Amino acid sequence: MNDFKEISLNGLWKNNPALTQLLGLCPLLAVTGSVVNALGLGIATIAVLVGSNLSVSLIRHRVSDAVRLPAFVMIIASFTTCAELLMQAYTFELYQILGIFIPLIVTNCAILGRADAFASRNPVLPSLVDGLMMGVGFTAVLLAVGAMRELLGAGTLFANMHLLFGEIARGWELTIIPDYSGFLVAVLPPGAFLAAGFLIALKNFIDAELKRRADLRKQPVVRGSKRVKTTTVIGS
Amino acid sequence: MLRQSIGFNSTLLGIFALITAGVVAVTQQLTREPIAEAKERAAQAALYEIIPRERHDNDLLNDVMPLAEDHAHLLGKDAQRGQIHVARSGSEPVAAILPSVAPDGYSGPIEMIVGVDADGRIAGVRVTSHNETPGLGDKIDLRKGNWILSFDGHDLESMRNGGHAASSAPGKGFDQLTGATITRKAVTRQVERTLEYFETARPLETNDE
Repeated sequence: MNDFKEISLNGLWKNNPALTQLLGLCPLLAVTGSVVNALGLGIATIAVLVGSNLSVSLIRHRVSDAVRLPAFVMIIASFTTCAELLMQAYTFELYQILGIFIPLIVTNCAILGRADAFASRNPVLPSLVDGLMMGVGFTAVLLAVGAMRELLGAGTLFANMHLLFGEIARGWELTIIPDYSGFLVAVLPPGAFLAAGFLIALKNFIDAELKRRADLRKQPVVRGSKRVKTTTVIGS
Repeated sequence: MLRQSIGFNSTLLGIFALITAGVVAVTQQLTREPIAEAKERAAQAALYEIIPRERHDNDLLNDVMPLAEDHAHLLGKDAQRGQIHVARSGSEPVAAILPSVAPDGYSGPIEMIVGVDADGRIAGVRVTSHNETPGLGDKIDLRKGNWILSFDGHDLESMRNGGHAASSAPGKGFDQLTGATITRKAVTRQVERTLEYFETARPLETNDE
């Protein structure tokens, strides 16, 4: 049980693909102009990551070391193609907006990285959890960057959500800043770098702060300080 | 030994290729119809936005005619593969939707469709594909701004006199697109050229005689 907790913590925070491993930055920076784009790519990435981790783990004893990478890439490529076809069929407008970045999920190093570093060495269930948590961690960063850029760039949040969720989502758009003329830098690629950099800095700051507190708690034992004796007789 | 391992590994990879290709093939079969439907819906939605259902009773998407070769250059080089969609009410043609490509956008060609009523007035213009700067030039897209609606109701004459957005006189003609002069001029000129095509080729009158 503890194992799964560790895996989840790894994917979501400690070893987050986007913030710590700095993998998959190309889609992270390119499509996060709005929340709906970020969510669309995030869901597709989660699906591919879970699928590829599952299948790689299933075949891990049958593939020899020499050909494991081409085999993994083939698995990832076929999952990506399936995701692309499905998006084209059911979320056509979003597919048009995300464009080339859907097929490019194949080249997201975070996916091949997890297949090789984790799924090829671990049983099915942990691999599945690892894929899911890594994917969710990546998507969370996509969403954070997307929300920052949409808010600063257009003054709205959740615009055009109907591209993903159908007609019921048409009213989800929140205008946070009315009559906003837009902050161009946030929409353009530099805004993505700034937002991602800010998030990485924030994570490092939080980690440093947590470490400092943990260090404070375990002060070194100084000679002469009082201790509580907990044992009585050692041995017989 | 080596030969054996090469043989084994390539067989293994071959099996893998077969399985993965099989998975993709099955998915492709399953999604083929939904994809075709989605594409058709998207194409239809753009056409119906320009000429609403109330104004015609034919199948706008499939009632097409080819471009007149002599004048097709007016619509731009990339539009020449396209077709004209004709809207009819009864058997009377009420409007045509022409494909048109502005060759001189700020970053590459701007593809659009232009709806023209039988009397030569613009029913509507929509940009279907472009690479203009986000936040500036992309306001030609209806999802980002209303500027493209300012063409509605103009004909060739009013485009040439006074209404011409590309004329630099302040306060004259169409609303400015701040910071996107090149984009604005490219679209306006191309709309004018499309109207010229409509005037010279007269696509709605050819099938009478």
